[in-house]
Amino acid sequence: MLGEGILKGLAETAKNFAGSFVSAERLTTVQYPEERIAPIEATRDFPFLVYDGADWEAGLRCVACQICEKECPPKCIYIEKSTDKKPDFTGKPQFYPARFDIDISVCMSCQICVEVCPFEAIKMDTEFELSTEDRFAGLLFDRKQLAKPNEHYRKIHPAEAAAVDARLAAEKAKAGARAKAASDAAAAKAAARPAEGGD
Amino acid sequence: MMETLDQIFVLLSRWLVGFLPAGWQTAAGVVLGVAAIVCLFPALFALTVLLERKGLGRMQNRIGPNRVGPFGILQPVADGLKSLTKEDIVPTRADGVVHFLAPLVLVTAVFMGFAVLPMGRNMTLVKMDASLLFYFAVGAPTELSIFMAGWSSRNKYSLLGAMRAVAQMISYEVPLLVSTVAVVMIAGSLSLDKIVEAQNHYTWGLPHWYIFTPWGFAGFVLFAIAATAETNRSPFDLPEGESELVAGYHTEYSGFKFALFFLGEYLGMFSVAGLGATLFLGGWSAPFSFLGWVPSWIWFFAKLLLAMCAFIWLRGTLPRLRQDQLMNFAWKFVLPLAMLNLMVAALWHFLGHGWARWVICSAILAVSYVLLAWAEMRGRRLGPRSYRYAG
Repeated sequence: MLGEGILKGLAETAKNFAGSFVSAERLTTVQYPEERIAPIEATRDFPFLVYDGADWEAGLRCVACQICEKECPPKCIYIEKSTDKKPDFTGKPQFYPARFDIDISVCMSCQICVEVCPFEAIKMDTEFELSTEDRFAGLLFDRKQLAKPNEHYRKIHPAEAAAVDARLAAEKAKAGARAKAASDAAAAKAAARPAEGGD
Repeated sequence: MMETLDQIFVLLSRWLVGFLPAGWQTAAGVVLGVAAIVCLFPALFALTVLLERKGLGRMQNRIGPNRVGPFGILQPVADGLKSLTKEDIVPTRADGVVHFLAPLVLVTAVFMGFAVLPMGRNMTLVKMDASLLFYFAVGAPTELSIFMAGWSSRNKYSLLGAMRAVAQMISYEVPLLVSTVAVVMIAGSLSLDKIVEAQNHYTWGLPHWYIFTPWGFAGFVLFAIAATAETNRSPFDLPEGESELVAGYHTEYSGFKFALFFLGEYLGMFSVAGLGATLFLGGWSAPFSFLGWVPSWIWFFAKLLLAMCAFIWLRGTLPRLRQDQLMNFAWKFVLPLAMLNLMVAALWHFLGHGWARWVICSAILAVSYVLLAWAEMRGRRLGPRSYRYAG
């Protein structure tokens, strides 16, 4: 019958209209600045640099290998490698980024930089309230703005951070064991040498 | 007391005009009336926009605007200020004069229609013997203005929107007029005041509104459909279909000119709702005889706002039609039924005052509705949407 569907539709919208005044669960709107939903575990928007310890400059995991810079599809990362070296978390001397800039107005949040990083140094942040009055300088983040402690990473992506921490700890233990083995061997060699000399 | 309240605007106008010398009084009275209409209806427009935004929100399980003022009631003020302060952009290659004139023509033409609407007892600005004819005659430039807007913008979307608008508005003008002719036939007058008077009788406390007759009910439904299409209102909002034409004929309008188009569209809805209320719903007469003491203008505006709510409800419910569905519906369904309704109205007039005319007229209309709908649905010209994809 012609017009039946229109009546059904009108009844449906009337039900919605009346129901929205009666039942609160019909209105799914979250009134944002006052109310917020906690972001889900996989939330991501822009990258940040992880550092260990209290001092951000000393603790940066980044070794300025520039893989992320090369892989970045929209080319929003700019890195200048340092001339000197500083010890990394295993104690091995490494280069560090003298400059590390990300233009988040260019970044497309693809997470490729995170996936290619061999040092777990760059991760995705969940901070999205980044509006600024200066659309050029205000959205170009330098390494100080990008550096965030590992605790922050644990807070925003707990499961992922735990896995990373375990892997880094294992690596460090392995490196420590290797160093210990090497020093033991060296000590044994040193102990053996006088005997040889005495021969 | 109630008599005074009923005539309060008439008396107020007479009192104000009384301060002027005798020669000026007629002209001043008209100017006063015009000023009242020009102030009142944009205010109603603001109210309706708020109602619409809140109502549509609720229909879609949203809250709607609630930030500006308590419960968002100052939203229309914010909207108005925004459109006033926005930059007015005219495309470089647009026809400047026509581009400028189009919104003015629309608003002027729509405002003219209010002159003959009886908004209460003795509250018709211009009393005319052929006011219905006048109403449709001055309403005609709205089509022109929309085409002016589309043509002068020099934009393909504007032009397409304007083409659609003209095709649609001319198609639906015919059933709109034909469905009103039935009222004219029965009331025996083209004067809207006389049409209201003819409906302002009561039997057992119930009014003799034309909607409560078989031909009047059919006429009202046809009128409502045609009026919705005539005002480019959803589900007939093809001329400005956002999803396909950006914004249709007002794509190239910004700032206050766009606000004028918006205003014109809503004023057109008020005006056609007022006409529908006058023709079929007894204009300013009360729905029950015991409510006769309520001032007549309250009834007119209550009916007007009720019609606006119906418009909003329809907009919240129905998806937009396709152009061929729209045209088929106008020429193959609405127009034949409107023509038939004329015959039925004539039959009603000549069958006398018995119960026979109720049965016969209702039966003719119901059967023809069912048969025509069945035939059209079978021919796949109307009814559920079906799409054939290429390949």
